[in-house]
Amino acid sequence: MSKTPKPDELSKVDYTPPKTGWMDTPAELKQGMWCYGSKPKNLETLEFPNPRQWSPADEDWKLPENWQETLLNGLKERLDKYRSFKVFMDICVRCGACADKCHFFIGSGDPKNMPVLRAELLRSVYRGNFTTAGKILGKLAGARKLTYSVLKEWWYYFFQCTECRRCSVFCPYGIDTAEITMMARELLNLLGLNTDWISGPAANCYMKGNHLGLEPHTIVGNLEYMLDDIETITGIKIKPSFNRKGAEILFVTPSGDLFADPGTYTAMGYLMLFHELGLDYTWSTYASEGGNFGFFTSNELAKRLNSKIYAEAKRLGVKWILGGECGHMWRVLNQYMDTWNGPADFLQMPKSPITGTIFENAKSTKMVHIAEFTADLIKHGKLKLDPKRNDHLKVTFHDSCNTARGMGIFEEPRYIIKNVCNHFYEMDEHTIREKTFCCGSGSGLNASENMELRMRGGLPRANAVKDVVEKYGVNMLANICAIDRAALPAIMDYWVPGTAVTGVHELVANALVMTGEKERTTNLRGEPLSGMEGKE
Amino acid sequence: MNAILSLIAVIVLVLIALLGVKTANLHFLFGIAVPYTAIAVFLIGVISRVLKWGRSPVPFCIPTTCGQQKSLPWIKQSKLDNPSTTSGVIGRMLLEVLLFRSLFSNTTFELRKGPKLAYGSTRWLWLGGLAFHWSFFIVLIRHLRLFTEPVPSCLNKLEVLDGFLQIGAPGLLISGVVLLLAVTYLFLRRVFIPEVRYISLAADYFPLFLILSIALSGIIMRYFTKVDIVGVKALTMGLVSFNAAIPEGISVVFYIHLFLVSALLAYIPFSKIMHLGGVLLSPTRNMPNNSRMERHINPWNYPVHVHTYEEYENDFREKMKQAGIPVEKE
Repeated sequence: MSKTPKPDELSKVDYTPPKTGWMDTPAELKQGMWCYGSKPKNLETLEFPNPRQWSPADEDWKLPENWQETLLNGLKERLDKYRSFKVFMDICVRCGACADKCHFFIGSGDPKNMPVLRAELLRSVYRGNFTTAGKILGKLAGARKLTYSVLKEWWYYFFQCTECRRCSVFCPYGIDTAEITMMARELLNLLGLNTDWISGPAANCYMKGNHLGLEPHTIVGNLEYMLDDIETITGIKIKPSFNRKGAEILFVTPSGDLFADPGTYTAMGYLMLFHELGLDYTWSTYASEGGNFGFFTSNELAKRLNSKIYAEAKRLGVKWILGGECGHMWRVLNQYMDTWNGPADFLQMPKSPITGTIFENAKSTKMVHIAEFTADLIKHGKLKLDPKRNDHLKVTFHDSCNTARGMGIFEEPRYIIKNVCNHFYEMDEHTIREKTFCCGSGSGLNASENMELRMRGGLPRANAVKDVVEKYGVNMLANICAIDRAALPAIMDYWVPGTAVTGVHELVANALVMTGEKERTTNLRGEPLSGMEGKE
Repeated sequence: MNAILSLIAVIVLVLIALLGVKTANLHFLFGIAVPYTAIAVFLIGVISRVLKWGRSPVPFCIPTTCGQQKSLPWIKQSKLDNPSTTSGVIGRMLLEVLLFRSLFSNTTFELRKGPKLAYGSTRWLWLGGLAFHWSFFIVLIRHLRLFTEPVPSCLNKLEVLDGFLQIGAPGLLISGVVLLLAVTYLFLRRVFIPEVRYISLAADYFPLFLILSIALSGIIMRYFTKVDIVGVKALTMGLVSFNAAIPEGISVVFYIHLFLVSALLAYIPFSKIMHLGGVLLSPTRNMPNNSRMERHINPWNYPVHVHTYEEYENDFREKMKQAGIPVEKE
């Protein structure tokens, strides 16, 4: 593994483009900027082509003989299947509005991280093979041949895109680099070219139900640890159910919440909230993943992984589904799930059993976001909250890219935070809501071998946090995404040491006054509550 | 290099028309045959291009949501930036097409010492783009007076409005000046902004030079060489009534202007200028964010191989039983 440069070194970014044109500047695959190649066993599990041992650092990537033909046929097939792809190949005018919108460009200065140029990497091959002008005029028309070096460049740069869609917000035609990256990654997968940090979790999810490969008894075990902690803190013993038929609600959250801090605190938050409400719900070990790493390989695999949620809801006979805090999970659930695996006609219109609110906006998918659910509870005064318990926190909120630009959930989490915390501060308006900056580790880039890439990509987000840390003394970065909870702590430690990361429902649980609880002296992290220092 | 090649290409086009008319006397070719061909190529090209896009389905509902979703009744939805209905989508598209709303929200950033990233709004590209497209559109509409008899009164009114500064004779039309300035700005930013220069292809410079030359030749004709407008009108009316003839005495500048316009028309279907059709077909902008409310259908959806619950339970039955998790088969 390469050594990650120190922050003062990494923050000296040179934005001057090279002297040579981009087509004449081959990609140099720099260590620390890529993830390991996918292992053969994971590709075999997923029934993906060309499983073999390989490394991106190798000269020879062990491709099948006819790899060019495979890619070009795949390209043609996708142009015929997706209008978005076809239109986005043709209508870019290279106005440059997107050029400085990508966190990877801001953090690296590499011109091929400008969304427009990232797309041109693929467009140039499209022009060279599928347009008359490109075939005749070649380079003059921005066309080029699909060579081994171009292929490596694709792999390198399309795994330097977190599919965050920020560029799409600023594009006058809505050209979405995420769509282009998704197509490019599908093409690369036809040759067995992915990263193991994506194919590993995807294979786990396929066989075991979740990315982390937690087997059913491990899920129960992990939750039991949390239940013990909750009992210690609140004196209340919670008994959740698993795979229970006839429950009213199926709860699905990313497995990251069950595994590592600070995600586990968010999971404890869900457990405490549901217990306090007396909600008739169940966890599932089969559909134990809301996230979808298939989404970072191909539409088909994404659909295969997603199918478990509806299948399990049907098997258990629940009425509707509640989903936890996650980023790309919600992009998938909002924009794809019903199309792939619906209609969910075996479910009922989601209705909060506590407030009676009918979630009209989820009348087809029958799946409600927990922030919508909790905001509704608070609005109806159904929760007893003591925001003073969060008084040691100065909170800012990070909108996750996928929920921001693929769903538009902005007010619900803010409403919740403002009701459970007394100190809330917004970051720079150019870095929140639909203009939010990615954590730099999304879409399967949250590995450890590409730390330099992640720290570069995280720079814009971290820098906006640093600004509110300096201005208001912010010490807590809240979010509604499991990848954020996994990725942002490392990014904060690197760029803004001393800033912690939390899910919104951890804040809720800390403020939640539960029936029959003992006097709380610590928060879920075991830290003393303000005014309680010295006790216990 | 790309810019120079594009400039040369446009100069060659000018020379073709100049020599063709002045030296070879090919008035019929440049006055009638080329314009008809160009229009045919334009119409067939644009229609077939749009149909080609239209043939590819939109399998998923993928709008870029730039505002608050429709959710609980007491939360205010951003109906234009995150529309959930057709009328919201129409509103969003109108603002996009007529006012370039996405460009309006464009930002700049700067990396200062610290490191400190600073962001700000920038509207130069928005202003330049808007000035360019609107002035081009008004110039185009003004030209309709050459293709109508009698000239509709709205065209006369537009011309009065366009020339309200009343400078010189014939009166200066503002749209032409704005077009010239805007196209120059768009060219200069391509040359002077390093990132934009780096991404610019010949296909980006060529249409700018072409439009610049069209505007210049038009301005030369109107204000300097004072083209025989009666002759021009006779020719254009002949073209629209499919009864074309070449009147005597129209200066060669007109033929150059006409040839460049023909070149632009014929070039459109094969170029990025098709963004004018493509923007309407862009799924990230022209769809409502209602996919949790209404099921979106993928026409090529097909069954996939899934790992069923039964297979899963077979793999883990004993472990599940030990952990107290209910199973289907004991």
